[in-house]
Amino acid sequence: MPALDPVVLFFLLGLAAGLARADLRLPGAIYEFLSMVLLLAIGLKGGVELARQSPAELLPQLGAVLIMGIVLPLAAYPVLRWRLARPDAASIAAHYGSVSVGTFAVAVAFLASHGIDYEAHIPVFVVLLEMPAIVVGILLARGMGRQTNWKRLGHEVFLGKGMVLMGGGLLIGWAAGPEGMRPLGGLFFDLFKGFLALFLLEMGLIAASQMSSLRRHGAFLAVFGIVMPLLSALVGGWVGWSLGLSIGGTALLATLAASASYIAVPAAMRLAVPEANPTLSLAASLGVTFPFNVLVGVPLYLDLARLIHRLGA
Amino acid sequence: MSNEYRKLLTVITESAIERDLLADMERLGAHGYTVTDARGKGSRGVRDAHWGEAGNIRIEVLCDDATAQAIALHLRTRYYDNYAMILFMSEVHVLRPEKF
Repeated sequence: MPALDPVVLFFLLGLAAGLARADLRLPGAIYEFLSMVLLLAIGLKGGVELARQSPAELLPQLGAVLIMGIVLPLAAYPVLRWRLARPDAASIAAHYGSVSVGTFAVAVAFLASHGIDYEAHIPVFVVLLEMPAIVVGILLARGMGRQTNWKRLGHEVFLGKGMVLMGGGLLIGWAAGPEGMRPLGGLFFDLFKGFLALFLLEMGLIAASQMSSLRRHGAFLAVFGIVMPLLSALVGGWVGWSLGLSIGGTALLATLAASASYIAVPAAMRLAVPEANPTLSLAASLGVTFPFNVLVGVPLYLDLARLIHRLGA
Repeated sequence: MSNEYRKLLTVITESAIERDLLADMERLGAHGYTVTDARGKGSRGVRDAHWGEAGNIRIEVLCDDATAQAIALHLRTRYYDNYAMILFMSEVHVLRPEKF
């Protein structure tokens, strides 16, 4: 077993500092900046590779990934409904159907440090997987009623930070191509891991603050926050293998399936399903699932991808 | 110097609903507003703005009595149940009443 990646150690530092109530706090503007750079870098990297690919090859993959994004929250909902009120169950299901770019970035760095290749257009999947779960979550909470202001919500979802920066990065990378991107590579690609380390330090602090609310909200969410990503990773791994992705690509899709949103979905749910308690969903996604995925999940999903490929072959 | 009074309406709530809230206020007759980031603790726990999504805002509106009452009533019916929100009013001395 290799030593923990240093970026993961940064996360542990943040987590420990947060739990010990150390006097440590990244200014909000820096957190914003770090997440912007990570979103752009992931988008740009995918866009550069997209320039080399034919759209016809990509379409069936996009369709399958989209279906996965609809099925996962639908599967999570009945389990959650067993213990939680309808709006809470629907909101948490939406969080787990959507994705976490932070977790994805950790997985990308993990694959890179192990020298494992993956299909570089996978960031397109990240963009694609953000939305469907939000729509499913709202429908689960509300049905097809007229109370939902879809126009306002569409604005929130499509013009949220994640979509604009990652989608914009994809387009810029695609338009500029590998040659055009070279002068910018120093900031966005070479420094990626440094930015990720600082970002994870702050995420550790945030996760620690969510863990304290978990103490109040119980064991059910803690168990769900670990079991759900494991099952989702199986689904994601299977979809990746069926689509003919490489081992690295399969591991990334499993990671995406396993990750839970903590930016786009909370914001959308707060507007569309206000009666859902945001503390519950954030405690699960930030307090349990994000640390679990960063510390244990990502290496596990790579092993899972290897296993699926071996069994499939 | 004028001796006019207006209402100062202060709302402290979640930043998630800022855009909707400001639109509502303008529709109900507010001529302007001031928004600042805020943090604190209340019945819905510590809202420390540690991170964008958990942030609070403080909105201040100077307006006449009728507008302040209309905004307060609207916020009470529309947002009180589901959002962390407090609202209070005070009477303040203004120098240029025609602005508000």
